[in-house]
Amino acid sequence: MGRVNNHSAAGVTALGWDVWNIRRDFPILKQKIHGKPLIYLDNAATAQKPHQVIEAVNRFYLEDCSNIHRGVHTLSERATKAYENAREKVRQFINAKSNKEIIFVRGATEAINLVAQAFGRTTVGAMDEIVLSSMEHHSNIVPWQMLCEEKGAHLRVIPMNEEGDLNLDKVNLPFNERTKLVALTHVSNAIGTINPIRKVIEAAHLRNIPVLIDGAQSAPHFRVDVQQLGCDFYVFSGHKLYGPTGVGVLYGKQSLLERMPPYQGGGDMIRSVTFEKTVFNELPYKFEAGTPNISGVTGLGAAIDYVHSVGLEQIEPYERSLTQYALEQLATYPWIRLIGRPRERVSVISFVVDGIHPHDVGTILDQEGIAIRTGHHCAQPVMEHFGLSATCRLSLAFYNTREEIDALVGALKKAREVFSNDGA
Amino acid sequence: MTELKQLYQETILDHNRAPRNFGRLEAPGLQRAEGFNPLCGDRLTVYLHLEKELIRSILFEGSGCAISKASASLMTATVKGRSIASTHELFEAFHRLITGAGTEQDGFVLGKLAVFSGVCDFPSRVKCASLPWHTLMAALKAKETPQPVVSTE
Repeated sequence: MGRVNNHSAAGVTALGWDVWNIRRDFPILKQKIHGKPLIYLDNAATAQKPHQVIEAVNRFYLEDCSNIHRGVHTLSERATKAYENAREKVRQFINAKSNKEIIFVRGATEAINLVAQAFGRTTVGAMDEIVLSSMEHHSNIVPWQMLCEEKGAHLRVIPMNEEGDLNLDKVNLPFNERTKLVALTHVSNAIGTINPIRKVIEAAHLRNIPVLIDGAQSAPHFRVDVQQLGCDFYVFSGHKLYGPTGVGVLYGKQSLLERMPPYQGGGDMIRSVTFEKTVFNELPYKFEAGTPNISGVTGLGAAIDYVHSVGLEQIEPYERSLTQYALEQLATYPWIRLIGRPRERVSVISFVVDGIHPHDVGTILDQEGIAIRTGHHCAQPVMEHFGLSATCRLSLAFYNTREEIDALVGALKKAREVFSNDGA
Repeated sequence: MTELKQLYQETILDHNRAPRNFGRLEAPGLQRAEGFNPLCGDRLTVYLHLEKELIRSILFEGSGCAISKASASLMTATVKGRSIASTHELFEAFHRLITGAGTEQDGFVLGKLAVFSGVCDFPSRVKCASLPWHTLMAALKAKETPQPVVSTE
């Protein structure tokens, strides 16, 4: 498949990081799109899967396929073990206190909806307030809006400044006696900002307000320790962490989860059922009604193993240097405008090209084999803040290279050519 | 590059840069509709002034990609002065063209609008080209009462 061997020294760092070796783990990266090598720069939408994950999912269906928590037969025992092992891997990954605090869901979106339903509906009342930030993904806005509508409650929004950092002065933290929850993203999916969430969590906890952190864009990039952060809920998706789609995690403090009613009813979440009364199962099963995504959870476990084998302590500096390189390259050209200059960021970069709509940029880059995201990134309030309807967004993973960023810049120049040749 | 050249033909780039009939129409008895593509955030408003069965004047405003802007521009230039019935026929031919089902006869009917033939090779861009037309169809139905926003989804 034409593996490139004349790679740059930049791909192999002093730490022994060999990006070309890592790329071999991702079979999808070997393909061509429109005759050009695929350059995948849309990792914030979903990350590609290493063969270790693909094989784990395959192995489940080839060898262990069975339902969990019920059969006494060997397959069921194997499947149950793999499923519960994955829970333990997730617990260690985010350093939760107990496995009871790890609930498997479909993704970050479902985790937020679970909290909105099970926690929100029992806690939030008329005239109460939920605090969000202006850089939330729609998935951390809409469930709260629906809840507010039902309860007659209100949303309050922490503003963002010109650079794309949250304004966290005391006056901008709209906490009061009516605030029932803070729901805040750890990292902006549109512009890459890493929010100083500890500061917000501490301020909220002074008033005994629980805090939910949307970790969809943080879990893949740096070490997260929920106990150190002190957050009450933390949610993330497996597929952005090199795992399968359709599986995600809700972490919640045990004391809060104990108090919350179930989210959905069904099998597996019960202890006993009669037509008169159902006794619910204990944590975490109380929140996992029905047959879960067993292959997905197993795959997520394999993804966490894989990330450990690469090492977050290696991933973080490599992604940081790659991001720095991309920012420098893009800033070279006056016709490229970077959107947001946050103090701290991950490898998510939004930009616009003078005179070319992001959608047109996306189509032209695709012809060059380059996948980026164009549009509003499910964060329309962020777009509105910057006075735009859409941006181009590149988002890097640890398998991306400087050569790919060079190719991106080359393709952007080509887009300019396509758009400047008219009428000539 | 050939497919790209086919998509971004000079006429399209020209109408993107300098859209015709761009602006807000303010006249008594005008009809209007709004179009929205939630996928990319494109938005446009089409304003019409009908006289009997004829489109006497038409303007559009909004923001969007080159394909949607050029489509709106060429559409307004083409339907101005046309009858409602013939505009409907034009829309049907245009829709066949951009979805790859166009006939030779359509090419004749469409005239300049045939520059959008490249769109059918880019399935994700079909909605960009059709949004102005769906909005126009809604505006034709609007009788001074504001119509709900037309969505491509």
